[in-house]
Amino acid sequence: MAVGLPALGFALGPIFEKTEHQGWQDVGPEADFNTTTYVPKVITIDPNVGTAGKSTVYVRKATPADRSPSDKPGHAPLPYVAISTRCAHLGCPVRYVQAAERFICPCHGGVYDSQGKVVGGPPVRPLDRFYTRVVQENGVGRVQIGQRFSVNSHLRRFSPRDPSNHLDGLWQYLYPSRPTT
Amino acid sequence: MPPLPKGLRPKPARPGSKPARNGVRVNGGANGDPKALKKAHKEAQREALKQQALDVPIAMLGWLDERTGSTPFLRAFLFRKTPQGTNWYYTLGSATMFAFVNQAVTGVFLAMFYTPSSTQAYGSVRHIINDVFLGELVRGMHKWGSTVMVVLVFLHMGRVFFFGAYKYPRELNWIIGVVLLILTMAMSFTGYLLPFDQRAFWATVVGVNINASGPILGPYLADFLRAGAEFNSTTLSRFYSIHMLLIPGLIAALIGAHLFLVAKLGTTAPPWLKAEKARELAEEEI
Repeated sequence: MAVGLPALGFALGPIFEKTEHQGWQDVGPEADFNTTTYVPKVITIDPNVGTAGKSTVYVRKATPADRSPSDKPGHAPLPYVAISTRCAHLGCPVRYVQAAERFICPCHGGVYDSQGKVVGGPPVRPLDRFYTRVVQENGVGRVQIGQRFSVNSHLRRFSPRDPSNHLDGLWQYLYPSRPTT
Repeated sequence: MPPLPKGLRPKPARPGSKPARNGVRVNGGANGDPKALKKAHKEAQREALKQQALDVPIAMLGWLDERTGSTPFLRAFLFRKTPQGTNWYYTLGSATMFAFVNQAVTGVFLAMFYTPSSTQAYGSVRHIINDVFLGELVRGMHKWGSTVMVVLVFLHMGRVFFFGAYKYPRELNWIIGVVLLILTMAMSFTGYLLPFDQRAFWATVVGVNINASGPILGPYLADFLRAGAEFNSTTLSRFYSIHMLLIPGLIAALIGAHLFLVAKLGTTAPPWLKAEKARELAEEEI
């Protein structure tokens, strides 16, 4: 017991620690983006693991159609849509195919529309997104990417969940928020 | 000197066999020829040396046996009775254990060159394959050996299942075997990440997220495996430690328990022999 408990705590400790997120990351001036095409940008998820800690984010300017049920009336919605490439099925990297206007996952055939909502394959919820903001720097608006959040099929925002975790219907109660996110 | 265990005692001389050390015939066939005499003497000396050399391992074993008393145990373990009809399928368990020993030995040597760091792991595996003497062979043995071990585990399990060898009183050994199967799977899962190439990384991402798909506890299990919500710098060392320290120890201990029960309970005869016996009995009863 005396030996086992500290060791177990050491191994299990990270489950209860909040994972540090990398703060706001600049991905370019506002002029780089528009409302119709996604621009791939690379952000850092974890700075200590080299290329394994980088991830691609697809960024475009938000339109009124991107309003989420989580946006309170009178508050401005997120100025940019930043879609995570982490597939909501099991976490493979999706790519955006402009001709089809679909996000497609190479692993198990997940397909998402241009808003990141599931249109085919095994994923259980839309693609995750990141918070965005615009910061004025020398008169130029710079787009910045913040923390990840998950969305359900109505684009309601939730704390980040693992891929494969449902956020709709009764299923969502089996995958509650956890201390690390 | 203590009395030798029976198996180690020198056999009594048979007619025609060479004389023992003390009965050396120095003058045999000498006939006064100094050359022949010298030859016979030399031969006798060589014979005596041979006997002395043979006495050394016997004396050492005797020394060990006197202090451990392990001979009865070893004899019971190595020369235990096996039922009639025992065949090559009964060697699958030993083959699995040999595969594990192969993994353990090659793994120890791979660990001498491997660096469990996200930025250096891939390079160190390249280094093992391309630069280290016989590194490609040892890594190949470890990589292919893992597949062989999984295949053998399943063949062994199939043998035990189809021969009905899991039945009373051997249920506990079946349970231990199932735990060993799960541990072998965990070895395959944790070992897969270590080369840290694209395949390893994404396979592990998918594998961890499969764990996350379990209700309620799944996401916590994934957080445990990753040591956080995202793949981070401790994930690889965590997998490495589980792969080379935690699970091998458990497997070795459980193999010991598994073997102990095999030796204690003995093996079963193949089912077709039992069927024949039952038929004979039935005929007798009629």
